[in-house]
Amino acid sequence: MKKKAIVCRCEDISLEDVEKAIDEGYTDIEELRKKLRIGMGPCQGRVCIQLVMKILEKKTGKEVGKINLPSSRPPIIPVCLGSIASDKNEK
Amino acid sequence: MKSKADVVIIGGGISGCGLAYNLARRGVDVLVFEKNYLTSGATGACGAGIRQQWSTYENAELAIASVKIFEKLSNELGEDIEFRQGGYLVAIHDRKEMKQAIKNVEMQRTLGLQVEILDSEGINDIVPILDVKGMKAIGATFCPTDGHANPFKTTFAYANAAKRFGANIYTHTKVTSIKKDKKRITGVITDKGSVKTEIVVNAAGIWSKDIAEIVGVNTPNIPIRKEIIATERFKPMFEAMVISFKDGIYFSQQKEGQIIGGIPSPEQKPGYKTIPTISFMQHMASTLIRYAPVLKHINLLRHWTGFYDVTPDSRPILGETKNLKGFIHCHGFSGHGFMISPMVSKLLSDFIVDGKTSEVLNNLNIDRFKDKKIEHEMSTVG
Ligand SMILES: Cc1cc2nc3c(=O)[nH]c(=O)nc-3n(C[C@H](O)[C@H](O)[C@H](O)COP(=O)(O)OP(=O)(O)OC[C@H]3O[C@@H](n4cnc5c(N)ncnc54)[C@H](O)[C@@H]3O)c2cc1C
Repeated sequence: MKKKAIVCRCEDISLEDVEKAIDEGYTDIEELRKKLRIGMGPCQGRVCIQLVMKILEKKTGKEVGKINLPSSRPPIIPVCLGSIASDKNEK
Repeated sequence: MKSKADVVIIGGGISGCGLAYNLARRGVDVLVFEKNYLTSGATGACGAGIRQQWSTYENAELAIASVKIFEKLSNELGEDIEFRQGGYLVAIHDRKEMKQAIKNVEMQRTLGLQVEILDSEGINDIVPILDVKGMKAIGATFCPTDGHANPFKTTFAYANAAKRFGANIYTHTKVTSIKKDKKRITGVITDKGSVKTEIVVNAAGIWSKDIAEIVGVNTPNIPIRKEIIATERFKPMFEAMVISFKDGIYFSQQKEGQIIGGIPSPEQKPGYKTIPTISFMQHMASTLIRYAPVLKHINLLRHWTGFYDVTPDSRPILGETKNLKGFIHCHGFSGHGFMISPMVSKLLSDFIVDGKTSEVLNNLNIDRFKDKKIEHEMSTVG
């Protein structure tokens, strides 16, 4: 039996999931991301986005360099709400 | 690209895709142009909360009718849109707000909505983690059938179903001009070619103002930057969306466990800038913790911006322009275009196909701004 290859560990998305979504017509990296939530977990795509771009290039023939990278959102590294709020209170 | 169509829709957000579906299923040859990708506008940035508790009749009516559609939409479209009804708890902070709440609830009940007024203890029965003192609440209204859906999945599901009915959706195609003769629309020009059509729907979100300008129509909309956060996931603790008109905050825990929420940012300005601000993050975090102290241990993961397309009365602009046949408005949704989209797209498709209009459609025509007195929606957040 073939083992499942995980592409996005935050959201538990496999290679199969990505390929299936591309086959369904989600050939835009942003649409793919929004469909599968790739890059929306704690790592914000640092682990998976490059892989997804490669898969997209292979399947669609679109050059990776021509695809815009999705944006990473602040605070980039998870920060607890208490610390963010405390900064304000101490003013 | 096709050279003609019955209807051309500008914008591939929830409004454009919802309308494309409703038209295509009725046999209309419809075409959508989206300059970027589907959900690249406000739809992809939104909280996707679904609330029926409004102060004006039109918003309440549209939301109530939309919930009835949302309840069956996954089935109808053949894809799960993750619609979930955990209710909306609207905090009441003082006697003035209580008076308005009583008035709102009375109106909402005449429309058949199940909604109740809770005292301060009742709040914790619905959302145990709330600190009623900290949030300075004297009560709340609660509607159990309010809820949430996944904005990406809903838009994609509408688009996929529209395509199955023959709609053509062109992404990465920007509308650059609109052709008309004296009194009617004749075509649309994009950066990839042009199409002949007699009907154009302006569903371009905050860019709808520019689209209207092309044909010489002035709209009073203003784009306002909004910020919103998502936390890490944790075990389910509450189902309702908690909101306050006074503090402007809204937050809820999604099915997967993360909290999504927003609040007006201290540096909020009109314009098209999309950079998130530190002051928002601090204001959001401290208000959220004041409402629910246990959340101080939760990590903030992401913080992004989007735009409200705001009208002077916080109600959408819908329907045809009187002196330009075939130019149809579908914008100005302010902070609540997602939740009313099912009914909005149904009403507009009934108008386009059957020429049928309704009280809501008439009341939300752009002509209303010519009158000096417009009724303002009181129940807004974010
Ligand atoms: C932070 C935030 C939170 C929100 N929370 C909620 C909520 O909880 N509940 C709710 O109901 N609503 C909410 N909203 C509001 C909601 O997101 C919007 O009202 C709704 O998504 C509007 O959808 P739309 O399709 O009309 O516009 P948009 O989604 O903005 O779509 C317009 C599209 O038109 C395209 N376009 C523009 N110009 C052109 C052109 N020239 N050619 C081709 N295409 C063009 C754009 O690229 C865009 O994709 C929120 C909004 C924000 C920003």
